[in-house]
Amino acid sequence: MSLKLGVPSKGRLMEDTFAWFAERGVALSRNGNAREYAGAVDGADGVELVLLSAGEIPRELAAGRIHLGVTGSDLVRERLADWETEVLALAPMGFGHADLIIAVPAAWADVESLDDLDAVAAAFRARHGFRLRIATKYHRLVREFLREQGVADYQLVDSQGATEGTVKNLTAEAVADITSSGETLRANHLKILDGALIHQSQATLFAARAADWGNGRAARLAALAAQLGLPPPRL
Amino acid sequence: MATKAAARATGTRLLAAFRAAGAVEVEADILQPAEALLDLYGEDIRARAYVTADPLRGELMLRPDFTVPVVQAHMAHGADPARYCYLGEVFRAQEHRSARAPEYFQAGYEAFDRADPEAADAEVFALFSRLLAAVQLHAAIGDIGLLMDAVRGLDTLPARRAALLRTIWRPARFQALLARYAAPPTPSTSRAALLAGAVPRAHWVGLRSAADMAARIAALREDAAAPPLAAAEVAGLARLFAVSAPAPQALADLTALCAEIPAIAPAVARLDRRLAALAARGVDLARVTYQASHGLGTMEYYDGFVFSFTAARPDLPPVASGGRYDALTSVLGAGRSIPAVGGVIRPGLVADLEGQP
Repeated sequence: MSLKLGVPSKGRLMEDTFAWFAERGVALSRNGNAREYAGAVDGADGVELVLLSAGEIPRELAAGRIHLGVTGSDLVRERLADWETEVLALAPMGFGHADLIIAVPAAWADVESLDDLDAVAAAFRARHGFRLRIATKYHRLVREFLREQGVADYQLVDSQGATEGTVKNLTAEAVADITSSGETLRANHLKILDGALIHQSQATLFAARAADWGNGRAARLAALAAQLGLPPPRL
Repeated sequence: MATKAAARATGTRLLAAFRAAGAVEVEADILQPAEALLDLYGEDIRARAYVTADPLRGELMLRPDFTVPVVQAHMAHGADPARYCYLGEVFRAQEHRSARAPEYFQAGYEAFDRADPEAADAEVFALFSRLLAAVQLHAAIGDIGLLMDAVRGLDTLPARRAALLRTIWRPARFQALLARYAAPPTPSTSRAALLAGAVPRAHWVGLRSAADMAARIAALREDAAAPPLAAAEVAGLARLFAVSAPAPQALADLTALCAEIPAIAPAVARLDRRLAALAARGVDLARVTYQASHGLGTMEYYDGFVFSFTAARPDLPPVASGGRYDALTSVLGAGRSIPAVGGVIRPGLVADLEGQP
């Protein structure tokens, strides 16, 4: 029986994934029609390609509907409670690097660290009557990080896109978002807080613990791992 | 695990005992407006409560506890003094896989009374102790107000004392602040320049104002100019936080510490009265552990006497817990306040420990 491999369905992440597998002798390709979300696998027996939105791959892995999946480690940690019990990280793939950070207005000359953020958040609440707002789509990761750091006087506001603009629009005082070059942050007059690197994300090949590994699929996975130059997976 | 029926039956028995002790039974809605809970507990409650919404009332939470609605009801139209009791389910979302129940019964008793706070503390604890006597539990008490008095007595800037008081329920941040005040780290180059008077100009965005920043910079300069917290004071606090002994021994330890930390003397005198009131109600103090740091790192509203009853089984959460929350009544009372103390028992755990099916 074949293994289902979930890969992001478009853009840079898809191209880099295809290139990563190609370097290891496995040719992934989309079917002729670029609008059709199906593909082919050459060079590895019994592997079936499934093209999916990168954001849905964590959920599909957790449900065991795909055996393997490529997505950002940030998405897996954010979307899956106790992610290590749901998936096994087989290989960091060395692309799609992005840091999840907390950023505040660059004009806040008095705020460099989380100590400062904690103090400013308390003063902000006393002055404005509500908690300092941090805009993010990474609710779980940000909340767990700030809890560990003992920062309390804040609230998260949901922002699914254009997060860096929320401060200028007065819907948040700070943001927690992914950045690679920091250019968007600078363009929106924000700066990264010292000591507030929440997660260093990169594209990662995951295996689903809940998937059906019977009917010879576990052996296929071992063979694929060997071909990709990875240690034998222990699901 | 006890069945829901067994938990409810045990809860009903506890509720009857609370009523017999003079409490009026109150009800609370299961759907609570999220705003008051978020304002009180902060963002963390969003992870621990089930959050829902409707188009007219906005964000709502499935009742994570009874304290807030009971205090709100009392502040709106309560008698003075008053005793309340309640029984119902509370709902706690779990962020991680665990055997912890997402919904369980709580039976609670709350005393709103200005007359004699130590007597009210003893009343609640002794009542719980009596009701839980049949199951083997370990009782621990503490006093967050005593720790707060010790911080208020520190010979340092008011701003530093305020920051320590604000973080007292978050031990990691509290200790980090204390360490920084005792041995200020070398400032970064940019921080040193800021302290020296340089304020780099940058395009201003956001609601926080330049005046807010100016006030903080003034506070940073004042802090940088102030002497560090004396090593002796830091060591005194460490000794205070480490006190953990059977209550009579702890009282002796704390009395001895008064020489070093005079600010705790009134709170130690109150502890003496509280322990005497407990003994008068038949509590065996030798079997109660006083733990100075008890209750830190849990709920942010206890600001005085705190207690818990725990089973020997480490997999179980506390069977009962509670404490004094005087400041909460003023937060929820729109300017009015009343000393209040109370606690909850989890009847499901009691039924478990009694071996009920």
